[in-house]
Amino acid sequence: MSIKRDSISVGVAVGAAGAAFGAVAVSSNFSVLQSCVLSLFLFSGASQFALVGILGGGGSPWSAIATGAFLGTRNGLYGIRMAGLLRNRGWRRVLAAHVTIDESTGMAIAQSNEAESRIAFWYTGFGVFFFWNLFTLLGALGAKAIGSSASWGLDVASPAIFVAVLWPRLKELKPKLTALVALSWALAVTHFLPVGVPILTTVIIAVFAGWN
Amino acid sequence: MSTQWWVVLSTSAAAFLLKYLGHLIPESWLEKPRVERITNNIPIVLLSGLIAMQTFTDKTRLVIDHRMAGIAVAIAAVIAKLPFPLVIIGAMATSAIVYRYR
Repeated sequence: MSIKRDSISVGVAVGAAGAAFGAVAVSSNFSVLQSCVLSLFLFSGASQFALVGILGGGGSPWSAIATGAFLGTRNGLYGIRMAGLLRNRGWRRVLAAHVTIDESTGMAIAQSNEAESRIAFWYTGFGVFFFWNLFTLLGALGAKAIGSSASWGLDVASPAIFVAVLWPRLKELKPKLTALVALSWALAVTHFLPVGVPILTTVIIAVFAGWN
Repeated sequence: MSTQWWVVLSTSAAAFLLKYLGHLIPESWLEKPRVERITNNIPIVLLSGLIAMQTFTDKTRLVIDHRMAGIAVAIAAVIAKLPFPLVIIGAMATSAIVYRYR
């Protein structure tokens, strides 16, 4: 059945980026076990990269937690949409919530009827989960073996992934301007605030830009 | 427990709670346009901020180094609509080469 096959292909393609995460986490002084626990339980690429980037770059634990959590708000919104489709209760709802991410939601809403949407949601969610965790472990073990992060380009893996994730969201003028203001603001206050805090303060820009 | 473990576990818990809350909230909440606009903006500002910080800063200092070359290639690659893995590998390879031969 092609929905299942497509969903699992998405899982493999997206999951492979887990190797970059594992490698970045280990080169930011996280252990292999911590990298794997993040992929198992935090299971959200942007939050995971932000967390290891901020803490690894000398930021405070609070700014790492807050940025990681804020980046997860998007999944909460997806959950609102997906709950109406899945109508789960109990432990199935817990599992569904855990695999509610960009890809599972995207594949679910791309289908033509509810039954197919549910298949796409579960197969994509668990496909990404399986491969993301597998590749995290491989990447973490690989980085442990190769050492220095800058000489392998690992220090740009995370911002490059953010560029790829962000770009499709910037089709119109307003999000473009919002992104540009946030970027300039973060750099402008870098010298004056503790590491990690400049990123958090950009949430104010999200509120201003979205108010009207 | 180390700071790292503490951060790993509490962020995981917070992120799961947000996802689970989403599954409990009635769908009508999404219909408030202001709430939706602001929440759509949150990943945009955070990701832009993170790109800036992870490319141009070292702790609280602004720096221009090999990472800028890598990110320039990533931006060129997304404009050229290259597939995701090529964007990442292109950026990493460029940054690594500039770092070695600067």
